[in-house]
Amino acid sequence: MTRKRRRLWILLACGLGLGSATALALFAFRDNLVFFLAPSDLASKAPTPGRTFRLGGLVEQGSLQRSTDDGRPAAKFRVTDGGASVDVTYVGILPDLFREGQGVVTLGAMQPNGTFRASEVLAKHDETYMPKDVADALKKTGHWNPSAGAPPPAATWNTMQVRKTGG
Amino acid sequence: MIPELGHFALALAVVIAGAQAVLPLLGAQWRDARLMQTAPALAIGQLIALATAYGCLVWSAVVDDFSVANVAENSNSLMPLVYKITGTWGNHEGSVLLWCLILALCGGAVAAFGRALPSSLRARVIGVLGFTSAGFLLFTLTTSNPLQRVWPPPLDGRDMNPLLQDPGLAFHPPVLYSGYVGFAIPFAFAVAALLEGRVDAAWGRWVRPWTLAAWCLLTGGIALGSWWAYYELGWGGFWFWDPVENASLLPWLSGTALLHSAIVVEKREALKIWTILLAIGTFSLSLCGTFLVRSGILNSVHSFANDPTRGVFILALLAIVIGGSLLLFALRAPVMTAAGIFAPISREGALVLNNILLCSICAVVLTGTTYPLFAELVFGAKLSVGPPYFQSTVFPLAIPLFAAMSLGPVLPWKRAELWPALLKLWWAALIATLIGIAAALGLHAGLAALGFAASAWLIAGALAELVERTRLFRAPFATVRARFGAQPLSVWGSAVAHAGMGVTVAGIAGMSLAVSTIVALHPGQNVALGGYDWTLLALRDEQGPNYTSRVADIRVSRGGDEIATFHPSRRMFTVQKTTVTDTAIQTNGLRDLYAVLGEERDGAAVLRLHVNPLAPWIWFGALVMAVGGALSLADRRQRIGAPARRAAAIRAGMAP
Repeated sequence: MTRKRRRLWILLACGLGLGSATALALFAFRDNLVFFLAPSDLASKAPTPGRTFRLGGLVEQGSLQRSTDDGRPAAKFRVTDGGASVDVTYVGILPDLFREGQGVVTLGAMQPNGTFRASEVLAKHDETYMPKDVADALKKTGHWNPSAGAPPPAATWNTMQVRKTGG
Repeated sequence: MIPELGHFALALAVVIAGAQAVLPLLGAQWRDARLMQTAPALAIGQLIALATAYGCLVWSAVVDDFSVANVAENSNSLMPLVYKITGTWGNHEGSVLLWCLILALCGGAVAAFGRALPSSLRARVIGVLGFTSAGFLLFTLTTSNPLQRVWPPPLDGRDMNPLLQDPGLAFHPPVLYSGYVGFAIPFAFAVAALLEGRVDAAWGRWVRPWTLAAWCLLTGGIALGSWWAYYELGWGGFWFWDPVENASLLPWLSGTALLHSAIVVEKREALKIWTILLAIGTFSLSLCGTFLVRSGILNSVHSFANDPTRGVFILALLAIVIGGSLLLFALRAPVMTAAGIFAPISREGALVLNNILLCSICAVVLTGTTYPLFAELVFGAKLSVGPPYFQSTVFPLAIPLFAAMSLGPVLPWKRAELWPALLKLWWAALIATLIGIAAALGLHAGLAALGFAASAWLIAGALAELVERTRLFRAPFATVRARFGAQPLSVWGSAVAHAGMGVTVAGIAGMSLAVSTIVALHPGQNVALGGYDWTLLALRDEQGPNYTSRVADIRVSRGGDEIATFHPSRRMFTVQKTTVTDTAIQTNGLRDLYAVLGEERDGAAVLRLHVNPLAPWIWFGALVMAVGGALSLADRRQRIGAPARRAAAIRAGMAP
C-alpha cells in the first residue's frame, strides 16, 4: 500500500461520507423546512393545505373559545398581526402563559376549510416576551416602529384589528 | 465591600491573563527559559484571582446582597440556600464568569500536572490558554460584569427563573461547561504544536487524557440537560433538536472523533494534521455552542435574555480565536509530516471511517442548526428546521457508524482481513439479527426494531471484543483469568463506552414506542393508556417556600393491582408570577409512567399522560459511556507517556 493509494482511499471514503451527508441533507431539506408566516403573508403565499409551517402573531382579544374534543381539551382562537387574522384550532393543553392579546407561535398546517390546525402552540415562559418572528411581522405590517421604543401593550393591537374589520 | 473585592479580582485576572498570553509565548519563541518559567505561575495566579471573584459573587448571593444587580435580578431572600448558590450560574453574567473560571482551571491543571512536558510546549499551551482567557475575561468585565452594583438596591430580589429552581439543572451548567471548556486544552495543544512545528506520538499521548476528561464531562453534561428537559419541561420528550441542544451535540460529535483520531496519532503517528484540525474544530464548536446562542443570533426556546451589544463583541472574539487558529493551521500544517502507513482495512482504517461518519453527522446537524440564520440573511426567508430533518439525516449516517463501532476494535493495526474479524463477531451479529427480527414482528415498528438490533450489536460487539482478548471459551480457565487481569484499563474503557452507546440507542428506540394522551378528568374518573389504568383521586393545594402549588393525586393500576400513586403539580411562583408544571414520573427501570397536570376547567383537571418504554436507559447509557471514558482515563499508560518522551529526548541529547 503506497502513500498515494492510501490517500486515494481516504479521499474516496471522505467523498462518500460527505457526499451521502449532503444528499441526505438536501433530500431532508425538501420536506422539512418549516417556514414562518404571519397571517397577512397567507394571502400572498399560501402554502398548500397539509404542508406544515409556523404561524405567528398575537392572539386576538376575545377570540379564545375552549371546548372539549372527544374528552380532550380543545381551543379555538384567532391569530392576528394587525393586517389579517386566521382561525386556529388546537387540541391539547395550551401553555401556561398563553393569553389573549399576547404573542404566540403555532406549528401546524392549513385545512381545506381555511382554518389553521395547530399541532403545537408555543408561548415563552415570560410575561413580557414577544417572539422575535412575531415582532418582525408586526414591524412589517407597520404596527410597530422599533425606533419609537418598545412595542405598545399587546392588547391594543387587537382593538386596532377589530376596528379595521368591524368598520 | 465584598463585591468590589470580586470586581477587583476579576480585573486582576484580566491583567494576569494578558501577561499569560504574551510572556510564555514570547519566551518559547526566543528560547528564554525565564520567560517560559512564568507560565505556570501566571496560570495559577489567574485561577486564584478568578476563584476569588466567583467566591465573592457566591457570597453576595448567599447573604442576599441585593445591591449587586445580578443577585437582585436572579435571587430572592425566600429561595432555598442551594438555589441561591446555583443561581449564580443560572444567568448570563454568572455563567460567563463560571466559564472563565473553568478555563482558568484548565490552565491551572496544565501548570500543575504538566511538569513533565517539554518546557517550550508547556509554555505555549499555557500561553494559548491565557490568550483565550484574556479575550473572554475582557468580554465579562466590559459587557457582562456579574458584580455590578445597582442603586438604589431593591428590598428583595426578583427571584430566579422557576424553571431553573431544580436540583438537576443546578449541576447541569458546571458539568456541561467543564466539558465545553475542557476542549480548550486539546485546542491549546494543537495550536502549540502548530507553533512548535511538530507533532509526535508523545503529543498524542498528552492530548488524549485531556480530551477524554472533557469528553466524559460533556457526555455527562448533555445527559443531565436532556434529563432535565425530560422531567422539568414536561413535554414528554428528551431531545428537541433545539439550537441550544444541537450546540452541545456538535462538540460532542467532533470531540468523539478527536478522541479516536488521537489514538491513531498516539499509536501509529498517522492522521496528525487531521487530529490538529479536529482539536481546533471541536473547541470552535464549543465556543459557538456557549456563545453563539447567547449572542441572540440563533433563536432558541431556552436561551438567556440577549443584549445586542454583547453579540458583536462575542462575534469578534469568536472570529479572532477560530479564524486565527485556522489561519495558523493553514500556514503551518504543511510542515507536519505523516509517518504511519496503513491499509484501508485495519484498525486505523476503521477509526478513519469513524471520523468520517462522525464528522458527516456533525456537518448535517450544523447545517440544520445554522440554515435558518443563513436563509434569513441570504434569502430573507423566515424558517426553521424541524426535528424530522435531523432524524432523517442523522439516523442513516448513524447506522454505518454503529456497524463500524463493533467491528473496529477487533481489527488489528496496520493491515487486516475483513472476514476473520467478522467471524469473531458472528454471535454478536446473530443476536442482533434475532433481536431485530423479534422486535419487528412483535412491535410492528421498523425503526424501533432497527434501533434494538443496533443496540444489541453494540453491546454484544463490546462483549465480543473482551471475549476475544481474554480467549474466553477457548483457552483454559487459568489463562483466561490471567488475560482478564492483564487487559489494560483502556480496553475495558472502550468496551464499556461502546456498550453504553448501545444502552442509549436501546433507550432511544424504546422512546420511539412511547404512547401519550391528553384527557380532562374529574376526581374519581379514570382512563386507560398503554395497558395501565390511570385514576384521578383528588386535587388539592400545597404551600412551598416561594410558591403555592396545585397537586393532583393519580393512582395507576394494572389488572387491579396498584402500581403507583403519584402527584404531578403546577407551581405558581409568587414573586415572578409564573406557573411551572412539575412532572410526576414513576419508573421501574424498563418504562416510565409520566404525568403532567395542565389547567383546570369546570372542576376537571386536564392531564397529559405518557408511557415511555426504556426511557431511563437513555441517560443510564450516557452515564455508562462517561464511566467508560473515566476507566480509560485511569489507565496507567495515559500517565507514563510523558516521562518516556522526556527520557527519549534526553537519550537523543536534546533535553529541554
